[in-house]
Amino acid sequence: MNIYLNGKATDIPDGLTISGLVAQRRLNPETIIVEHNYNLVKKEHWDGIVLKENDRVEILRFVEGG
Amino acid sequence: MEIGGRQITNRLFLGTGKFSSNRLIPEAVRAAGVQVVTVALRRVDMEFEQENIAAYIPEDCIMMPNTSGARNAQEAVRIARLARAAGCGNWVKIEVISDNRYLLPDNYETIKATEILAGEGFVVLPYMSPDLMVAKKLVEAGAAAVMPLGAPIGSNRGLKTRELVRILIDEIPLPIIVDAGLGRPSEAAEAMEMGAAAVLVNTAIATAGDPVAMARAFSLAVAAGRLAYLAGPGESVEYARASSPLTGFLRD
Repeated sequence: MNIYLNGKATDIPDGLTISGLVAQRRLNPETIIVEHNYNLVKKEHWDGIVLKENDRVEILRFVEGG
Repeated sequence: MEIGGRQITNRLFLGTGKFSSNRLIPEAVRAAGVQVVTVALRRVDMEFEQENIAAYIPEDCIMMPNTSGARNAQEAVRIARLARAAGCGNWVKIEVISDNRYLLPDNYETIKATEILAGEGFVVLPYMSPDLMVAKKLVEAGAAAVMPLGAPIGSNRGLKTRELVRILIDEIPLPIIVDAGLGRPSEAAEAMEMGAAAVLVNTAIATAGDPVAMARAFSLAVAAGRLAYLAGPGESVEYARASSPLTGFLRD
């Protein structure tokens, strides 16, 4: 199944949740921000969202900046 | 000075970009006694593991995310909301830029973003091109401070906008924080002597030979400039005025 992860077409297994995606990418849940179809999703809701075809997921983090 | 309900005693704000190693950031923060630091928000790079910048920012600091990357008010608002939801407080530096050569801010879009975010309870510090009417509109829009540039971002060219910044300090009832372009501690001191409430420095510190020592140097300059402003400099005149008595000379 295809989703758009940080703007890039990405193949993921069917039935993957946001939590699953975060784990698959080995990201530290404490340091990232997830936006799903332009809506911010809080960590406690990651488990409940099963990704669908063509969903747009943005995974962001704080970086150095002026 | 108080901004957004927080008491700020150290008037040097530090940007965290361009340090050769993130480990230098907490050292610079401590050496300078900095209370407010800026960070940016970006997409995670899935190919490379990245460090968590928050781990390098001492917990008692105010972490102020900027909206860099935003090209209009709407994008700035989106970034600010995401940053706040990520739990890093409600301070935000509005930075709306669509000019890639000089990185000059879009004042019009900045006013729009300020109005929206202040209405949502953010403590909004807009980065702007110094202009009195724009600054007045930022006050009306609910900004917590106004941050005019001294020179283009990262240019280390100094307080080139001196006259316009001076007018903002004179006319605007909010803290004026000179952001961008200051290259040397003496330039930061000059801004503070003029009555700027604070300065935000990044490149001049991060790219110095010894960034930690330079952070300390800026901190001292900012404190000295502030003290001089409060002390009130004496008048400057065209011709010499003797400092020693003009009577009782030994020559007669």
